[in-house]
Amino acid sequence: MERIPILKMGRLLLVTIQVDMHDRLAMTLQDDLMARIVKENAKGVLIDISALDIVDSFIGRMISNTAGMAKILDAQTVLVGMQPAVAMTLVELGLTLPGVSTALDVERGIKLLQASLE
Amino acid sequence: MSNALPSVVAQAPPLPEIYFLNSPDPLTTELPLKTDEDVVRLRKQLREQLVSIGFSLIEQTKMITAASELARNTLRYGGGGCARILERRDGTRIGIQLDFEDKGPGIPDVQLALTDGYTSGGGLGLGLSGSKRLSDEFYIETEIGKGTLVKIVKWKPF
Repeated sequence: MERIPILKMGRLLLVTIQVDMHDRLAMTLQDDLMARIVKENAKGVLIDISALDIVDSFIGRMISNTAGMAKILDAQTVLVGMQPAVAMTLVELGLTLPGVSTALDVERGIKLLQASLE
Repeated sequence: MSNALPSVVAQAPPLPEIYFLNSPDPLTTELPLKTDEDVVRLRKQLREQLVSIGFSLIEQTKMITAASELARNTLRYGGGGCARILERRDGTRIGIQLDFEDKGPGIPDVQLALTDGYTSGGGLGLGLSGSKRLSDEFYIETEIGKGTLVKIVKWKPF
């Protein structure tokens, strides 16, 4: 079955979404991430969506829910790399991703997570 | 027998092809919407057509996002159906029309369904209202027990 890989970097988990996700794949990623947070005792999750051309309400909700669930499992989530056109569309769609921290790119996202770990 | 009609009637020359300015372009793509993967295929096909007409990146993103929302509705609430991508010409304008058709249960209260945050199926309730905001024209036809047809149009800005 198709899966999105999750990389471990110290106490952080790194996910780079590089395929046009269908809904089932998005839900699988959410489940996998929760399982890995517990298994690796991760304190931070970085989700890189720089390769995503669109984020619709389903994927937006998945990201929002993931951040909420991770928080309950004592892990911070940072979303990075959103394309400007995606951000403009999301707001017009009516989705503002409440509770999700964002950073411009992977480097800044990791800095943000490491700062919250100290 | 000599008075019998000739067995071969001369064929009229074929009529020249005529395109009317306001008629939809004959270029139509129909795609099934039966699985999650079909939604991804629709997004890809639509992207190609929007690029070929010269839509800007932001316009492409808006229309593909709207298409994704409506395709999901067709799949989840309509029990599957099909999508059509049509090129539209209106005078000097050029645009893309998308039709989403299902033979599902229909929508009992369209006004309510178009309200931000209203959902009958556990979603965020942004699918219909959001895709309406993301497109230039929005039509919906629905009949209880018969199905739903949603059409959106996006015109290329000059």
